[in-house]
Parts: sequence; C-alpha cells; structure tokens
Amino acid sequence: MKRTGAQIVWECLVREGVGTLFGYPGGAILPTYDAMLDYPVHHVLVRHEQGATHMADGYARASGKVGVAMATSGPGATNMVTGIATAMMDSSPIVCITGQVGSKLIGYDAFQETDVTGVTLPITKHNYLVTRAEDIARTFREAFYIAASGRPGPVLIDITKDAQQATCEFDWEAAAPRLPGYRPDLRALPSEYQRAIDLIRSAKRPLILAGHGVTLSGAMKVVREFAEKTNTPVALTLLGLDGFPASHSLNLGMMGMHGEAWVNNAIQQADLLLAFGMRFDDRVTGNVKTYAVNARKIHIEIDPSEINKNVHVDVGLVGDLREVLEELLPRLPGCDHADWLAHINAMKGDSAVRDIQNLPDTGHLYAAHVINDLWRLTEGKAVVVTDVGQHQMWEAQYYRHEQPRSLITSGGLGTMGFALPAAIGAKFACPNEEVWVVAGDGGFQMTMPELATAVQEGVKVNIAIINNGYLGMVRQWQEFFYERRYAATPMLSPDFVKVAEAYGLKGIRVTERSQTAAAVEDARTDPGTALIDFRVEQEDSVFPMVPAGADLHAMIRRPAPKVNVMVETGADREWELAK
Amino acid sequence: MQHILVAYVEDKPGVLNRVASLFRRRAFNIESLTVGHTEQPGVSRMTIVVDADEMMTRRIEANLYKLVNVLRVDDVTEKPAVVRDLALIKVAVKNGNRGEILQLADVFRARVVDVTNESLVIEITGTEDKIDGLVEVLRPFGLIEMVRTGMVAMARGAEAVSPNPPLVAAHVPAESQTRASQAVAMSV
Repeated sequence: MKRTGAQIVWECLVREGVGTLFGYPGGAILPTYDAMLDYPVHHVLVRHEQGATHMADGYARASGKVGVAMATSGPGATNMVTGIATAMMDSSPIVCITGQVGSKLIGYDAFQETDVTGVTLPITKHNYLVTRAEDIARTFREAFYIAASGRPGPVLIDITKDAQQATCEFDWEAAAPRLPGYRPDLRALPSEYQRAIDLIRSAKRPLILAGHGVTLSGAMKVVREFAEKTNTPVALTLLGLDGFPASHSLNLGMMGMHGEAWVNNAIQQADLLLAFGMRFDDRVTGNVKTYAVNARKIHIEIDPSEINKNVHVDVGLVGDLREVLEELLPRLPGCDHADWLAHINAMKGDSAVRDIQNLPDTGHLYAAHVINDLWRLTEGKAVVVTDVGQHQMWEAQYYRHEQPRSLITSGGLGTMGFALPAAIGAKFACPNEEVWVVAGDGGFQMTMPELATAVQEGVKVNIAIINNGYLGMVRQWQEFFYERRYAATPMLSPDFVKVAEAYGLKGIRVTERSQTAAAVEDARTDPGTALIDFRVEQEDSVFPMVPAGADLHAMIRRPAPKVNVMVETGADREWELAK
Repeated sequence: MQHILVAYVEDKPGVLNRVASLFRRRAFNIESLTVGHTEQPGVSRMTIVVDADEMMTRRIEANLYKLVNVLRVDDVTEKPAVVRDLALIKVAVKNGNRGEILQLADVFRARVVDVTNESLVIEITGTEDKIDGLVEVLRPFGLIEMVRTGMVAMARGAEAVSPNPPLVAAHVPAESQTRASQAVAMSV
C-alpha cells in the first residue's frame, strides 16, 4: 500500500506496540505530526524536549518496553541530548525521532539544521539519518530491535522533511531488520562455565554484586535462587537496588560511595566476587588498585567490552544474565557460609547504632526521616523516581524496595532534573501504581515546567521535595573537602507550595516530622498531582561516604552518637581477614 | 606495542566517522587507518594500527564489535600476514646526482613515476621498515614532499576470511598474554 513517509512512521510505531509517546512539534517534524492524528497513539506534549527523553526513559524503565520521544530538528534535537546520554549510561531502551531539514538543504546551515546524528553519535547505541521514505520502515524496525535487545540503549532516528513528505510503497514484512554486524546474543563457551563453577565451589567468603542487569534481563528469580542455594549474600548497586527484595535475609544493601559500611567491608574481605550485570563503576569500587584485592572475580555481563574494563576478573561469562545463571545454577552444589554470614551480621550491628533511625528524635526534620517515613506510609509499594544528589542516596538507604522496576533513578550520568519527567513517563507505563517523585530543591527546578505536562495530561504523581536550601551533595563535598567554602551552593527557591497552586495542584509544606504522615496521606488521596515541600535540616550529610578515589574501606562513617565525624582508616579496621 | 587490526565494516555513510569517533571517545591511540573496498559489494575493510598493549587491544576489539556496522575484527599482529605500506617520495635532483638516486631506488625495488629537471617522484611499496630505510637514504638529497598510505594487512594462506562469519572471535579482553590464550570465544 502507498503511504507517505510520515504515515509510515506511525504505521511502524503502532506495529511496534507504541501507544504513548512524548514529544514537542516543530517545522521539520510537522508532516509527521500532521499524520499522527489518523493513528491510535497518545501524544504527550512536554514543556522541553529534555523532558520528553526523560519521560520515554522513565516509561522504559518502569515497563521494560521501548520508550519513544519525538522532537523537531536543531534546538528540538539538541535539547534531547541530556536525556539520550542519561539513557545511554543506564542502558535504557528508548527511540528518539527527530525531524531534519530537507535532504537538499543538509550541509548548508539551513534554519534549525543541526548535525544531530553527529552530535548524538557517542551517546547513542546506534543512530540513523533517513533521507528517503523507502528507508523509514526498515530503519524503525532495526531501531526498536537494537534499542531493546542485548544491552539496551537509546537509538535516534533523524528523518529529513522530504522523506516524511514523499510517498512510497509500505511493506512491513519486507522491511525486516538487516543487521549482519549486530550480535546481541553472544554466549560464553562451556569451558568458562566450568572455571566459574570451580571458583564458586572453593569460595569461603563469596559475595554477589548485583546490578541493573538483574532487572534488565528479568533475572530476579534466578538470582534469588542462586543466592539461596549457595548461601551467598547479595550487595547491590544503586540501579540494582530493586532487583533483589530488601527484606530478604541475604540482602546486604547498597555498595559503593554511599553504601553501608558492612557492605563495603564485606567486599574488601570477600574471597570471591560474583558480579551480576554490573560494571564496576568508579562510584562502586573506589580506588580500583585496592579494590577487593583478596577476591577472585567472576563477571557475568552481556556486553563483552565491560569485562576487564575497570576491574580485572578471573572469569568473564558473556551473555544474558538470566540465561547464564539458569545454565550455571543446576550445576552448583548447595553451600553453607554460616561463618561468613555471621561475620557480616556482626559488622552490621556496629553500624546500626550510628543509624539515624536509631537516634532520638530531636525535633529536627531530617531527610532520612522523611524518606524512611515515606517508605513506611507507602508500605514500600510505591514506584519511586528520584533526582540526583543527597536525597537520591537517602532514598537508596532508607526506602526499601521489594519489587523490580520500583526504583527509577539516573545512576550513571547523574542527571539533575530527571525525576519529575521520568516519573510522568513511569506513570504512563504503570497507571495503577503509586508513583512518587523524590527530588531536591535544586534538581526539581531544572525541569519544574513539566508540572504543566502532568496537569494537561491529568496524570497523578506525588512529589516530595527534599528542600534544604542548598545544592546539598555539592555542599557536602565542600564541607568535607573544601573547608566549608560554600561556593555557589546556597540556593534560593520559589515557594513550592505556591508554585503547585499556580499550576492548579495541591501544595503542602512540612517543617516538622510530626506533620509528615498527614501530608503524605493528603498527597496520596488528592486526585491530582500533589507536591510536598519538606523543609529539612539544611547542613545534613549523607553517611557513610567513600571520598572519590579513596579506598573502599576508608569510609567517612556516620557520626557515632554525640561524636563528630569519625573517619575509619586502614589502621583502625576492626576486622582482620579470617584466612 | 603496535597491534594491527583488520575490521570489516558495512559500506554505509558515516561508518568511518563511527570508528574514528570510537577511538577518540575511548582515548585509544590510532597510528594509521586505511579504508578500501573488498571483493564483496557493500563491505569495506579497514586496517587499523594502534599503539596499545594486549589488554587495551582486547578492549578496542570489543568496542569495535559494539558498533552496529562493524562485521568482524581480526587482530593479525601475531598471525602470519602480509603487511604493506605505499609511499610516494619527491626528491630534489641537483648537480647530476640523478643516477645515484635511481640506483638507490633500484636497490629498494622502488619505481620512478615522475621526472623533472629538478625532481624525481619515487613510488615504493613494502613494509614500514623498508620504506623508512629508503626515506633515510634519500633524505640527504633533499626530500621535497612525501605521502604514505598507512598499512594494509592480509593474512597469508588460502583460507578466505568471511566478513560475516558464523563464529565471532570477540574474545573477552584479557589481562595478559597468558590470559588471552584462555580467552573466551563466542558464537552467535
């Protein structure tokens, strides 16, 4: 059948199962927007193209399906760059569609012309410039396949205006992907499995490091079975937090820069690390030269370029995590690591006395209290979408996730402004879930205009602004490492309650802990998006903290009661390696 | 250490840019890169010479494989291979020393491809060392201009290398030579 290029775009999107997409129209994408009205898709008009990409990202992370964003050429496309880079770093499957000036004008600096495929080349998994209507169908099929398969990631399709306007024969079946160089399904050889099994058998102090790959490959069940059968404790990366139930007795919690002390110490003392779908990011390892020097390492990872990239491993098993573990698990003996587990538990006890939850209520409103209360009040069942900074780390520490895809956060790129648009996208993906935004006063203001998107779409998300009047995480670094010289971190914000009201939304202010429960209840029961402005303690810090580049065991610990910051150094380590 | 990689890529717009961009992005050092057609329509072949140790080369290889348009990568450094570079050298001629220059060119089995009263253009094909040798003996006469293509490489023997093989040798980047021998080969 004959179709215009613009119609083919929608024919393809509908066939790929896209019901909702996020975008912003403009000159070069106008033919496609015009054709949209004839197709059964819901278009969400954003307030800034960055918001569209974060929404597509949030949609993808909440659903596991490909998220779609659309924008015009030039500034529309360049506004997407931050969102694309965010999706790239966190392996989130999104397809971004941009209009481009007519193919005859490319290279002549036409109005709103930008070399978008050039700009996004290093931050996409793959990208396309389409100049002929005949190429649109195959390109879309390839793009969706590439975005979702293997290690997922963003794919951008730049379509010239004349390609959208031209008419050609549309044949979906004939436009099957032709990707001879794309191999998302690499497999490790059987001999490598045997080496892994030998290492696991002989380990006395094994530890699983679970990352985002657990959720991406749908390996939650088999990871749990693996941990239970081998009695191996599980430490989690930030993006892996929702891949293993927080209430499980083998769950240790988050590792890395703001991971719990017992987790980081356990890593340093382990004799075998089992890295499941994680990439040894520098925020996870600290100084790589002193990282887990006592441990043999097995790395299960779908992307071969990640193996031996940051940390040298003894066995690299390339492949889909779930499939690799399903192959491995039946061949493993049951193990009992009672001594090792007891040892880790003992380390926990030491840290618990420093935990803010166990400190007396002083009447101050601490962010950690707010998030812990939020967890309790939502029974840990909400989908929480965080921004980036202190509140993000407190969320990771004090909101305990039981279900996969219940924590959505920008980990790799650390994109401030991510939370609100990503939460709107997540709400579209799972309209029946309770979605909470947890954001700081700084990051929230970066994409605050998307409140209007939520209103126009009638979408309900609940927003908790952890408002401390500072760019808190940067302030914390200044306090610790720059002699409290607060350069450009004190931040004035508008009255967020009035902002909410200006958008026609419910705004609530909380200044004391006793008000938290009622405010959260108010927000939850309000039919529309509701915002709570939590005025928290201003100069509070996230503990523990491994300074950037420091050894993982050299943490700045939570201050013990009535004692100032205590630095744990190698010298006063209370643990010795039990060999 | 120098490593020679042969990459088969789809002959599509922007592929050279993708490869070059990858090297820039990951801070890999390119010494030379040549591109040309192959016997297969739609498939180009790149010879990439990098200054990298074993570990780094495995990383480069793995990252090249991540590019959707890259079909196959071979590290021919340790394999028996024919490696060639081509140079055009313009030499100054004065005081009747043309004969001497021609003699030197002959020793190196180089060809003269352009002659004027003041200059000669010499074409030479061979390994890098051989070309370096000729350049050095010609230098005293006065080099006016020189251009080199960069290396191209091909494995010896009758075995044809399919640009789209069923078995992909994208071994896991390994720490050292010993580990490289244990490296994982992966099949599709």
